[in-house]
Amino acid sequence: MNIENKIIINSSEFYFKSGETILQVAERNGIDIPTLCHIKGYMPTGACRICLVEVKGTRNLLPSCATPAAHNAIIETESERVIRARWINIELLLASGHHNCLTCEANGDCRLQELAYRYQVEKIRFPESISLYPTETSNALIIRDFSRCILCGRCVQACNEIQVNRAISYGYRGVTSKIVAVGDLPLNESDCIFCGECVGVCPVGALIEKPSRFKGRAWELKKIKTTCPYCGVGCQINLHVKDNKIVKVTGVEDGPPNFGSLCVKGRFGYDFINHPDRLTVPLIKENGRFREASWNEALSLVAERLGEIKLSYGPDSIGVFSSAKITNEENYLAQKFARAVLGTNNIDHCARLCHASTVAGLAIAFGSGAMTNPIADIEKSELILVTGSNTTEAHPVISSFIKRAVEFGRAKLIVIDPRKIPLAKFATLWIRQNLGTDVAWANGMMHVIIKENLYDKAYVESRTEGFEELKKTVKKYTPEYVFKITGIPADDLIKAARMYANARPASIFFAMGITQHRTGTDNVKSMANLSMLCGNVGIPGGGVNPLRGQNNVQGACDLGALPNVFSGYQTVSDAAIRERMAETWNVESLPASPGLTVTEMVIKAGEGKIKALYIIGENPLVSDPDLNHAEKALANLDFLVVQDIFLSDTAKIADVVLPSVSFAEKDGTFTNTERHVQRVHKVINPPGKARQDWKIICDLSARMGYTMTYRNSDTIMKEINRVTPSYGGISYTRLEKEGLHWPCPTVEHPGTPRLHVGRFTRGLGLFHPIDYIPPAEVPDKEYPLYLTTGRVLYHFHTGTMTMQSEGLNGLAPECFVEISSEDARNYNVKEGDLLRVSSRRGEITAKARISDQAIRGTIFIPFHFAKAAANKLTNAALDPVAKIPEFKVCAVRIEKAWVHGEQR
Amino acid sequence: MKKITLKMWKEIDGIIQRHKEKSGALIPVLEECQSVCGYLPMEVQERISKGLNIPGSTIYGVVTFYSFFTMAPKGRHIIKICLGTACYVRGGKPNLESIQDEFGVETGGTTGDLRFSLDSVRCIGACGMAPAMVVDDDTYAQVSKQNIMKILDGYK
Ligand code: SF4
Ligand code: SF4
Ligand code: SF4
Ligand code: FES
Ligand code: FES
Repeated sequence: MNIENKIIINSSEFYFKSGETILQVAERNGIDIPTLCHIKGYMPTGACRICLVEVKGTRNLLPSCATPAAHNAIIETESERVIRARWINIELLLASGHHNCLTCEANGDCRLQELAYRYQVEKIRFPESISLYPTETSNALIIRDFSRCILCGRCVQACNEIQVNRAISYGYRGVTSKIVAVGDLPLNESDCIFCGECVGVCPVGALIEKPSRFKGRAWELKKIKTTCPYCGVGCQINLHVKDNKIVKVTGVEDGPPNFGSLCVKGRFGYDFINHPDRLTVPLIKENGRFREASWNEALSLVAERLGEIKLSYGPDSIGVFSSAKITNEENYLAQKFARAVLGTNNIDHCARLCHASTVAGLAIAFGSGAMTNPIADIEKSELILVTGSNTTEAHPVISSFIKRAVEFGRAKLIVIDPRKIPLAKFATLWIRQNLGTDVAWANGMMHVIIKENLYDKAYVESRTEGFEELKKTVKKYTPEYVFKITGIPADDLIKAARMYANARPASIFFAMGITQHRTGTDNVKSMANLSMLCGNVGIPGGGVNPLRGQNNVQGACDLGALPNVFSGYQTVSDAAIRERMAETWNVESLPASPGLTVTEMVIKAGEGKIKALYIIGENPLVSDPDLNHAEKALANLDFLVVQDIFLSDTAKIADVVLPSVSFAEKDGTFTNTERHVQRVHKVINPPGKARQDWKIICDLSARMGYTMTYRNSDTIMKEINRVTPSYGGISYTRLEKEGLHWPCPTVEHPGTPRLHVGRFTRGLGLFHPIDYIPPAEVPDKEYPLYLTTGRVLYHFHTGTMTMQSEGLNGLAPECFVEISSEDARNYNVKEGDLLRVSSRRGEITAKARISDQAIRGTIFIPFHFAKAAANKLTNAALDPVAKIPEFKVCAVRIEKAWVHGEQR
Repeated sequence: MKKITLKMWKEIDGIIQRHKEKSGALIPVLEECQSVCGYLPMEVQERISKGLNIPGSTIYGVVTFYSFFTMAPKGRHIIKICLGTACYVRGGKPNLESIQDEFGVETGGTTGDLRFSLDSVRCIGACGMAPAMVVDDDTYAQVSKQNIMKILDGYK
């Protein structure tokens, strides 16, 4: 520390780092200076002047949040002058609006109220002004009460600089000042996407969560930290509870991965937890109808039927669908149940439908199939390449990291996507490729990079193998040739290649737009090739980063809910590993040949080779490709057990339904997309007789003659530690104190936020020469348009959880067909027209939404909605390695639909 | 409402194109667009927002902050009635009201035929002429209900 950097605050000496503000020095040393407008870690705006301090020798009081500490400065933080100034300031703020605390939601959690108390502002000498603007209550989620707004500007800063949604700003001036959205429209008609960051930072009661209104005062609520149940970002959330009900969700501010930020689903999508439609008792189907049953009866029936089927058709006639929504501990038990109790490797989960190709592709290239770098590395990137990920809708909080890096950091952004996704606005270069041509553009970029000698020779030489073959293969992918396949202008391709190669570190982010193809594994390997070629794997701010969809899809894979591996990706075909597992699990032997995948199990069910399925927390009747076929296949089963929190479409056709509990009612861990293992805490009691998934599996197992004795999820984790090298050192005690990224083999090991540093998991990184293969189905005369599918911000997966929320449904009530204005003109389609979309496999109807996100020749349909299930159209063509279906490309035709003789 | 003509849109796009890569382009672009259209309705703000890739909320904030910008179309002639203290006590208010009644226009508004925009202002430093009225660049002294209409007749 520089001896020149000394400051005196309230007569004590402190040292400071150059550039630190007076407020920062004070805070670091436990001196409490009140603030209102300042958001920690962001540029001070100096708007509120509550943080004023006296600096000896200056005439005016200075705002400590914006004043840098200076050598030998003498500061008073609570002198008489300071107190007087704050006092008047508070008085003015109170008078500037309508601050009646009686029914204000912020009562007890309001900075202005706290300050009035601290500085004893009892009477207000100024007349209270009447509010110019009426309170805005027109949307279901956020109330804006302008009479309580003190114009501190925190919301504006949060929206523009933290979330970078840029929906609100200061408007008008003087006494008419107001925080405005575009055109001063109500939020629901503006660019606002209801992340609620503004609500989170508002120091008073001007912005509040509408659903929490009158549900409990701040001091009555219990606040418990846990992990968001939606996407793979794994945001840390606080559940606020009163009377066994969740009444509010806030972000946990002081830690990764989200540092307080949330998206609309995480903040407002909790209605499903206390929903009256939750399953509360086991159900047994008799004569086509469900009746309630006791646990004893239901479990005995399941055990008996599974036992019979195993006996007559063999263990491999049964399959288990585990779930990316349940905990690590539960996934571990589900695969143990399949392998040790049923005796089959037929266990899989929905990762098959999203990232199986990632796991397969990266495991061969690098030796480890997961995101190579932590989320926090985004700000270290010089260049970010996003492809096949509509990040702002599917991984909103990660998208904010990217937007911040571009807007306020030094990163440049390239977006390669068939749709002009919202992130394209932030990109230096948005490139539009034809659907399913990703291998071609990646090869094209590498062609340019190699030809222009821009690749990292030292890295390629010392860290990788297979370069010569790669070089040979990409030789023919000249920009002109690539243009013919992808439609990407040669200049753009060259520009992108140079930008990527000349920036260090450069990172790649991708999601299902890359993986959900017949060539999914090839696509992923191409990303790995590109990244290694420029020496970007194993360095801070670089890497190949698949964004995982579900909250615990990473964990479900890690813990062995896959047909070919035990936990920690230990292969079932390795006799030594099998033997060790069998010993720990205390069974004679374990099945050696890899089992069937989710997609294959459905097909085999249709063929009558799979007789029974045990489906935990999944809804294949909306999520699977070519649904018409999936429906018939499941109907063909002898026995179907579904374990879920709601009577999902799949549960409806089950023979037995077992009620399980939501994330808020269980203990355990989830592993987020960056391999970060995080705690899940039980916050409320489950409804009725619903049971934790791990309990149900244990109970069932006991009835099938195999006892699993675990006291709690912690004891399961201890067993995981023993048999899973990469999770060896992960314990609940450590997780309470620190975040751990696997691999973390021992209790002393600090975890591994960044993979492949200095050495690849498999030793050398392996290049794969890959040739372009066209998608399985391309448009023709009969089906002239491309269809691609994806997500919208407001819903998750098949909607089992989000569609229980009025607020979210209000924002995204129904399915739609996104179509470009050119296509709309050609087909004479107007906004809101009902369209029938058909493919070779089925048809659905939904309303047209004309959008400049869509590009001529390609329409987009979100897959969440069962009523207009996009997956009735999609193609089940499988990637030969990962068996992932080609959700992202198929050929369709559209026509206007007529209902009862008229267009609705 | 004054329509934004095709020609105006072309000019607007040209202005955006010219400033696109510069930083701090917003204010000059707004100024130039306003001089093309006479005002800055939402549709023009949206075009600028897309073109410059600046959020609509920010643009609206800037437009409503500076009194120079207006979202209502301006008339061919701008009438300003002084309501400073001196003019007020000498009858500025009834003068203002007589114009409002005669032309059916609010303060801050514009007549349907886009002939006049009406504003009230604070002291314009011509208290000796109170009550004062300014039309475009001409200042008139001691105006009254009687002579106002005659004066305005001269502005078509
Ligand atoms: S709404 Fe809240 S955060 Fe925004 S300016 Fe007003 S008081 Fe500050
Ligand atoms: S909810 Fe989010 S997007 Fe909407 S105004 Fe608040 S911060 Fe901005
Ligand atoms: S970004 Fe993902 S993890 Fe974070 S709040 Fe939203 S859904 Fe939850
Ligand atoms: S906190 Fe420093 S000026 Fe508001
Ligand atoms: S008050 Fe009207 S000019 Fe001074």
